[in-house]
Amino acid sequence: MGSTNSTLLKIPNVEVLMQETGFSPAHIIRLHDRFKALDKEGRGHLCPHDFGAIKELAMNPIGDRIIGAFFSPGKETVDFHTFVKILAHFRPVDKDRPKEPNSPEPINSRSNKLKFAFQLYDQDKDGKISRDELLQVLRAMLGMQVTDEQLESIADRTIQEADLDRDDTISFEEFRKSLEKINIDHKMSIRFLR
Amino acid sequence: MASSICLCLLRAVFLVCFVNPLIQGLSGDVNLVQDPRHRLEKNLTGLSIVTFDWHHVQTPYLVITWVFVAGLAKLSVIELNHHVISVVPESGLLIILGFILGGIVWGADKAQTFKLLPPTFFYYLLPQIILDASYFMPNKLFFSNLGSILIYAIFGTCWNAATVGLSLWGCYEAGVMGNLDIGLLQFLLFGSLIAAVDPVAVIAVFEEVHVNEVLFILVFGESLLNDGVTVVLYNVFDAFVALGGPRIDAEEIFKGIFSFVVVAFGGSFLGVVFAVLLSLLTRCTKHIQIIEAGFVFVVGYLAYLTADMLSLSAILSVTFCGICCQKYVNANMDEKSVTTVRHAMKVLANGSETMIFVFLGITAIDTEIWVWNTGFILLTLLFVFIYRIIGVFLLTWMLNKFRLVPIEVIDQVVMSYGGLRGAVAYGLAAMLDKDKIPEKNLIISTTLIVVYFTVILQGITMKPLVQWLKVKRAAHADLKLIEKLNNRAFDHILSAVEDICGRIGDNWWTRGWNRFEENYISWLLMKPKARKNRDYLFSIFHKLNLEDAVNYVSEGERQGSLAFIRSDEVANVDFKKQFGSEFTDVMPDIMVDMSNYELGIENFSVTSIVKDTIPSVSLDIHGKDRKNVADDINAHHLLQQHLYRSRKNHRHKFSRSHFSINQSEDEVQEIFQRTMRSRLESFKSAKMGVNPAKKITKHHKKDLTHKVKDFHDASFTWIAQLYPTHSSLPWLMETDAVAPSQRAQWRLLWTPNRLRRLAPMRVSTCSTDSFLMADLEEHEEKPQTDHEEEM
Repeated sequence: MGSTNSTLLKIPNVEVLMQETGFSPAHIIRLHDRFKALDKEGRGHLCPHDFGAIKELAMNPIGDRIIGAFFSPGKETVDFHTFVKILAHFRPVDKDRPKEPNSPEPINSRSNKLKFAFQLYDQDKDGKISRDELLQVLRAMLGMQVTDEQLESIADRTIQEADLDRDDTISFEEFRKSLEKINIDHKMSIRFLR
Repeated sequence: MASSICLCLLRAVFLVCFVNPLIQGLSGDVNLVQDPRHRLEKNLTGLSIVTFDWHHVQTPYLVITWVFVAGLAKLSVIELNHHVISVVPESGLLIILGFILGGIVWGADKAQTFKLLPPTFFYYLLPQIILDASYFMPNKLFFSNLGSILIYAIFGTCWNAATVGLSLWGCYEAGVMGNLDIGLLQFLLFGSLIAAVDPVAVIAVFEEVHVNEVLFILVFGESLLNDGVTVVLYNVFDAFVALGGPRIDAEEIFKGIFSFVVVAFGGSFLGVVFAVLLSLLTRCTKHIQIIEAGFVFVVGYLAYLTADMLSLSAILSVTFCGICCQKYVNANMDEKSVTTVRHAMKVLANGSETMIFVFLGITAIDTEIWVWNTGFILLTLLFVFIYRIIGVFLLTWMLNKFRLVPIEVIDQVVMSYGGLRGAVAYGLAAMLDKDKIPEKNLIISTTLIVVYFTVILQGITMKPLVQWLKVKRAAHADLKLIEKLNNRAFDHILSAVEDICGRIGDNWWTRGWNRFEENYISWLLMKPKARKNRDYLFSIFHKLNLEDAVNYVSEGERQGSLAFIRSDEVANVDFKKQFGSEFTDVMPDIMVDMSNYELGIENFSVTSIVKDTIPSVSLDIHGKDRKNVADDINAHHLLQQHLYRSRKNHRHKFSRSHFSINQSEDEVQEIFQRTMRSRLESFKSAKMGVNPAKKITKHHKKDLTHKVKDFHDASFTWIAQLYPTHSSLPWLMETDAVAPSQRAQWRLLWTPNRLRRLAPMRVSTCSTDSFLMADLEEHEEKPQTDHEEEM
């Protein structure tokens, strides 16, 4: 890969991108290659059906939601910057990052990872997971043998366990609190994006 | 239990019966005419109506009897595993059974007449196992991990050979082993034959221990590819031993290294040549499809023998032959031939494996070969074990710097513990020349002990070890529902993001290769018809329909009397009594007006599917119990049971006894049809300006008929728009990922004229997927007619 520098130069604003996301040049190039591979028609941005062409995503119960997470509300396309920024959520956490009080949290911090996951549940973006939204996720992730009554009882119990202020929805804080024990860094990181 | 005892006794009886005539035969008349038809005896006194002629059938009879015995052995072992506890892996049990049988033969004969001879093993028993392994190899997984596999195979084996040989030599020089007539070169030779991980043993043990697919492919691939190294090392050291120490100089060493390149790459290249030959052959057999299946075995065997003749690596040759020809052979051959080949392959491989293990046991019962040298044997066991662990950890540490997905510690432990030695090592040991290597018997004994140790002991402890390690790593606290749910959600999210990132490294090379392969290689090796079918939606749905038909009929027959009255007007399906009286009022009498189907789906009326009084018809037999269980336990249990598994939790793809394709098929089917349905919906709503429904799809009968009509318009255009070029159809990207079909369990048979899916009778409470998917096939009409026109 002797042409690293020239490839990097072709990407606009690559310095800013690298700084915001923390990716190394090698990763940016790899992701750029992948972006170009997905963008079969060479338009410079991706649309939903480019993602749809990834076969394995059709086998993923929440694949479509994840595709949706790439697209900001209202926009129909994803450009390279957004692509990289979203993927930056999955970088493993830098353990030895100095804690500067004023700098913004890096994209791959624990709470940003949780926010990403939260957004997958919260489709209408009101900051809370309502019972219906939870039901939808459950429906997607459970097999067909589970009947609607069973589904609703699971959803009810789940909300009961997590909901602390008894408003029958799960806010982001409650979500975060309920997942304290889980090692988010491990579960939401892709090691090759280090 | 009783049956297995009976089988054992039966076998013993068989053996004793046949061993005795053998003894008589051996000591009998040698100069009797061997012509099978010529039965005249020397002193013919009268016409003998029936004669007993052992000699004429001796050889084939013995061969077949042993195959039969091996089959009985496998049967009794499986029965034992089923009814009694299954602790010892099958291979271990077979070896033990071999001990018993060997004891019987020994007892009758005072000599081990039925040993495992190296030529028999290498030419008649091994090739089909390797062919089976390579024919069913998950290619994508194999090639994406090929770098790591090669590193383990080449450097790992060399490391094992060198360290074991040198350490043993060091200990010998230190005097631990007493007096042996053996030198450094012979130690190295021994090291090289004991170093290789054996594919037969690996498959046998790993089949019962379900590990993740990457780990499996690493160990399995390593065991196949290390033959290249083993053959070279063995031959090189064998030649060096023959040459003698002083004549080895730099030139010889260079020749040795060079021979590795030639043997390994030569063998692989030869395998590829035979794969091409096989693909071309199957391409030409359109008019005589019955012999296609035979070609696979014949050409595979030829690949093995040719490589062996040219002193190249035979195992590598067969491996690459199988790996490369899979795709084309499966595409070119008739469906029935494909099934035949797969079944026959499994039968042969199973049979050979059984025989190998049984004979490994029998061979042990032979006082001639046993030389016991405590130091040698114990040290060998120790070194083999330790150096495997060290080697694996070292290599993995180096590899993890370069791999996209690092190999975890627990996987490394399993990998080092799974370095089993097997019959190949014994075969190589038995081929040693006794004149050049005086301690041949010691080597054979040690090899046998190592094989037994690894297969039996490590086989027994592998499963508990894996479980213990995994349990240790998992969280101990009982997770709450939301944690469980999120755990699984995170797994799915990770898999999805990995796929988006192209975890295999969707780089220039793989894309370039895929393009090259599609344009040139497939053009050469695949039948034109097969190439076209790759692209068509039709072939997939055709397969799905066939599958559904088979499922429906077998399901119906299983449930009891499924009385069909097929007429052109009305199909009357009468579901009777397997469910008992509780369900008779629930199960409706189903009648669908068949005449509607002739006219097209606009008149699709799913009229009397369900009686109005019943909100849902569910074949959930435990429905009554449901209310009684406490909600809490129920919810946890449900989540545990029904959450879709993600890629990490799925089993490996290679198995000795079944050849199902993928992960849990039901789950994959359900997920797939859901995704497609929701895509259909969102596209339809985008097209028609309707807001997508946010609530869970409940079962509304009215909605069904309504949706059914709308879809007819949207579905085909959706397909056309979403996937403009056929090659980007997601589920057709790879030939081995079969798009799952829908498992509606109660269905009407379609009329013979139309391959149209009819609405399923069982209406589930869960979703309306089945109805909507039923309509997805409507546009298959179009490609079908196209196809028919072309033909």
